Amino acid sequence: MGQISLQGVRKSFGPVNIIRGADLDIEDGSFVVFVGPSGCGKTTLLRLIAGLEDVSGGKILIDGKNVVDVPPAKRGLSMVFQSYALYPHMSVRGNIAFGLKMAGLPRAEIDRKVEAAAATLNLTPYLERKPRELSGGQRQRVAIGRAIVREPKAFLFDEPLSNLDAALRVQMRLEVTRLQKQLATTAVYVTHDQVEAMTMADKIVVLNAGNIEQYGSPLELYERPANVFVAGFIGSPKMNFISGDVARQYNAATIGVRPEHLRIDRDGQGWPGTVTVAEHLGSDTFLYVDAGKIGTLTVRYVGELDLAAGDPVSLSPDPARVHRFTEDGTSIRA
Amino acid sequence: MATQQTQLLARSLLAPAVVLLFIWMIVPLAMTVYFSTLHYNLLDPGTESFVGFENFRYFLTDPAFLASLRNTLVLVGSVLGITILLGVPVALLLDQPVVGLNIVRLMVIAPFFVMPTVSALIWKNLLMHPVSGLFAWLFRLVGLEPIDWFNDAPLFAIILIVSWQWLPFATLILLTALQSLDEEQKEAAEMDGARAWSTFIYITLPHLARPITVVILIETIFLLTVFAEIFVTTGGGPGLQTTNIAFLIYSQALVQYDIGNASAGGLVAVVIANIVAFFLVRIVGRNLEA
Repeated sequence: MGQISLQGVRKSFGPVNIIRGADLDIEDGSFVVFVGPSGCGKTTLLRLIAGLEDVSGGKILIDGKNVVDVPPAKRGLSMVFQSYALYPHMSVRGNIAFGLKMAGLPRAEIDRKVEAAAATLNLTPYLERKPRELSGGQRQRVAIGRAIVREPKAFLFDEPLSNLDAALRVQMRLEVTRLQKQLATTAVYVTHDQVEAMTMADKIVVLNAGNIEQYGSPLELYERPANVFVAGFIGSPKMNFISGDVARQYNAATIGVRPEHLRIDRDGQGWPGTVTVAEHLGSDTFLYVDAGKIGTLTVRYVGELDLAAGDPVSLSPDPARVHRFTEDGTSIRA
Repeated sequence: MATQQTQLLARSLLAPAVVLLFIWMIVPLAMTVYFSTLHYNLLDPGTESFVGFENFRYFLTDPAFLASLRNTLVLVGSVLGITILLGVPVALLLDQPVVGLNIVRLMVIAPFFVMPTVSALIWKNLLMHPVSGLFAWLFRLVGLEPIDWFNDAPLFAIILIVSWQWLPFATLILLTALQSLDEEQKEAAEMDGARAWSTFIYITLPHLARPITVVILIETIFLLTVFAEIFVTTGGGPGLQTTNIAFLIYSQALVQYDIGNASAGGLVAVVIANIVAFFLVRIVGRNLEA
């Protein structure tokens, strides 16, 4: 079991409010990603759940039990740190076994569990090596091994992939997701990378300046963002925001159109503009179009499009995919 | 050094310094070797004559030599033990956030800046003096007989003084090492359920292995040649109880004016230092490998 609830959790360092009151229900076995720009409080929120920071107010319930006064080790959670935080003088075996040893398990049982965890993560050949003799991806796996071997109620991941190169990151992303599904253990994962969030999560928590902006499945966030912040943060390239007269035609203060929902007419109606930059990726073509008063719009076209800088185009949004926002940034639902 | 040209340039520019340093080292060494083979006593001028290894035989068979070797090893060993066993907890304390930390740190490090002669005089006259010293006063306060440190426990008194001087050094090195300990590692241990003591044993202490090695090696170099503290307080006595090798050589040269014998002693001291260094590197040196 690993059901985590936050009820009005607040955290402030002196006069600075880092978390302004978080309410959240994380279901057992789900993979929840905290995402947001740097400084939004996502890591702090994770550390509050872990017990590495004390809450300033509110309750954290794990399986219905308030744990705010329970020390980290007794909460039954395990954590993978950004720097991996492996113990440099211990072998891989020693690293993975440390938590079990501290819990006072018999030697034979520790060995059995460590071997099992190492087998799951393909670490068996490296058990007697020191962390410094391992590559980045292997260290990452040791850190995960240290987390899974304790059979926790939930895993906490603090930007675990940010120190890996791009190719390895994609691979580890897949491995972590697969492992989590296989173990069916609740996971809370912090990242600033919205692609990681979209690909890994069952549910995403978007944080901004200490507030939870929206909590929902990746596609929910993509299709029905609660406000301008979520709309701009989720999706790549970023959503185009247009205000002024054009927005007023839609009865909104601001409208948002994703780059992939802009249609290109070479000579048709719509918003006239000039291509300033065209990026040809083969699979996609990204256009940056100067549309006069409307501003610069990003367009994503699936496939190859024979357009170059300086070419005139007209753009029209897919009317069903236009997001409308009020003055204060919240979404208007039809 | 990319090309042959720059290599040549670098070498020719370095040469004067290297040559100067080499002369600086080789001339005194050569003279010591030369004097060690002479009968050369300042009280008996004009009688210098070659005696071969006679000076070495005399020095090594002198009962004072074994006594002073023993004293040297006891002094070095005890001071190393005290400074590390106390240095680790003191460094751990100084690593905690406390009000006025900077002042506390400065105070702890201060003894290192006091000249050995001055600190020895302070200990001798203000602290350990059997009549007017602070320790004597404290003893009388609780109704005990004051200890006459430099007569009853002279070597122990020297060890205390030298330890007091070197504790700051050990603390400082260990403190900087503690500050470089990754915070996330401690947190990981905390998540793993390690209590304070286990964290210390399994995380902190292994992290300190290397700085402790550095402390041992550096302190040993300096502790083998402790002199001022002995000269100022006990003058090597009573008897030979606080005479170490360095002090023995001094007394050969400048008390008995026997330059030949003192030179032989100096070379013996070099050999002893090398033997100690050899064993130290064998025992603790592997901690220094990356």
